[in-house]
Amino acid sequence: MIRLVDVEKSFNEQVVLNRLTLEIPEGQITAVIGPSGVGKSVLLKHMIGLLRPDRGQVIVDGEDIAFMGRRQLNRVREKFGMLFQNAALFDSMTVFENVAFPLEEKTGLSSAVIRDQVHEALEHVGLTGVDSKYPDELSGGMKKRVGLARVLLLNPRIILFDEPTTGLDPIICRATHQLIKDTHARFGFTAVVISHEIPEIFDISDRVAMLYRGEIVETGTPAEIQRSDHPVVRQFINGSLEGPIHLI
Amino acid sequence: MRSIVEKLGALTIRLIREMGRMVNFLLYAVYIMARTPAKPFHTIKQVHFIGAKSFFVIFLTASFTGMVLGLQGYYTLAKFGSEGLLGSAVALALIRELGPVLSALMVTGRAGSAITAEIGIMRISEQIDALETMALEPFKYLISPKLLAAMVVLPLLCSIFDVVGIWGGYLVGVKLLGVNPGAYFHEMEKSVEWKDVYSGILKSLSFGVIIAWICCYKGFNAGHGAEGVSRATTAAVVMASVLILIWDYFLTSVLL
Repeated sequence: MIRLVDVEKSFNEQVVLNRLTLEIPEGQITAVIGPSGVGKSVLLKHMIGLLRPDRGQVIVDGEDIAFMGRRQLNRVREKFGMLFQNAALFDSMTVFENVAFPLEEKTGLSSAVIRDQVHEALEHVGLTGVDSKYPDELSGGMKKRVGLARVLLLNPRIILFDEPTTGLDPIICRATHQLIKDTHARFGFTAVVISHEIPEIFDISDRVAMLYRGEIVETGTPAEIQRSDHPVVRQFINGSLEGPIHLI
Repeated sequence: MRSIVEKLGALTIRLIREMGRMVNFLLYAVYIMARTPAKPFHTIKQVHFIGAKSFFVIFLTASFTGMVLGLQGYYTLAKFGSEGLLGSAVALALIRELGPVLSALMVTGRAGSAITAEIGIMRISEQIDALETMALEPFKYLISPKLLAAMVVLPLLCSIFDVVGIWGGYLVGVKLLGVNPGAYFHEMEKSVEWKDVYSGILKSLSFGVIIAWICCYKGFNAGHGAEGVSRATTAAVVMASVLILIWDYFLTSVLL
C-alpha cells in the first residue's frame, strides 16, 4: 500500500532521513516510534507529499508520489486523511464549520445531509454540544477528537496520525488510543501512528517500526519489538539513560 | 578574498532563487484565480477587511495630506503671485502621486501586515498543510480572494483619498488662507486631465497586486514559531512599501 524506498531528506545539511526503507501494510495500524526530534513527523509528511524527498521513492498504491505534479498528487491525496499533532483546526471557524468544511468543499451534499453527517461524526468521537465553540475554547483532547471527526467524514482509506496523544493526560491518552482502535475496527482503514507513548502504543498497533538516526532500525509486531535485543530499541522501550541514544 | 567572492556569489544565487519563487507564487496565484474563480463570500470578506476597515485611516491621512499641501502650496505659489493655481497644484499632486502611493502605504501597514500574520499563523499551526491533505488548493481559499479584493479595493481607496485630500486643501487654502473658491476649482478643472485620473487608478491597481502578492507570499513562507511570523510580517511591510515606491517610479516614467 505505502512503500518508502531509499528515501533521503536533509534540512540545511542535517540528514533527517537516510536511505530509509519502510513498508506500511494495508488495513493495519502501523506505529512509528522513536526519540523526539528524530524525524518521525518528517517521515509521515513524506507519505502524503507534504514534504518531498531529496532522493528515493514514496510509493502509494503502486504510484511514486515523490516528484509527482500538484494535480496528480491531489488525486492521490483523496485516499488520505491526516490528524495533525495540534489537530490543525481552522481557528476562524467553529467546530461545526471545521468538520463540515471538507464535505461542503468536496461533495455536492445538501446542507441538511451535511449537518446530520457532522453530528454523527462528532457523536462518534464522543463530542456533543460543542458545535458553536471555536478551537481555542476546546481542550487539547477535544481538538484532536474534532480533527479526527473531520478526517473520518471523507472516509479515507489511509489515515496518518501525527502524535495523536502528545500533551494529553494519561486518561485522555488512553481514551484517544481506544478511539483510534475502535474507529479502525469500524472503518478498516490503513493507519500510521507516530507516537512515543510506550507501552500504550503496543496495545493498539499491529506493526511497529522504530526510527533512529534517519533509518528504520527494527520492525515487527508489538510482541517482537518488545522482545527485541536491538540496543536502541531496548533503551527506548525501557526509557533508560544509558545506551546508544544520546540525549540532545 | 575568495571567501568574500564566494559569499557574494551565494547571496546573489539566494536572492535570484527567492525572486524566482516570488514570481512563481504570483503567476500560480493568477493561474488559480483564472481557473477557479475566488469564492464570493471569501472575496467579500476580504473587500470588507482590506477596504472598508481601512476607510478611517485613509480618510484621516488624506485630510491632513491635503491640508499640508494646501498650506505648503499656498506659501510657495504666493511668492509668484499665483495663489489661484492652488487647486490645480493640490489636485495634480494628489491624483498623480500622493493618492495612489500614500493610500497603498497605509493599506500595507494596516491590512498587509495582518494578511501576513494571518497566513503565517495558519502556516505554523499546520492549517495550510491540513488544507493540502484534504486535496484542497490553499491558493483558492487564502490567496486568490485577497489578491482579487486588493485589486478592487485599492483604486476605490485611492479615489476616496484624492477627493478627501482635495477638500482638505480647500479647507486650508480657501477657508483659512483666503484663496478664491471659484479659482480653486476652476484651475483644478482646467489642469487635471483624464490621463492623470486613469494613471492614478492604474497605479493603485498595481499597488494592490504588490500588497497582496508580497504579504501573502511572506505569510505563506513564514518561518518557525511566533518569531518566524513576526519576521515575515516585518519583511512583508518593508518589502511591499519599498516595492511600491520603486514600481511607482517606473510606472510614472512610462505613464508621463
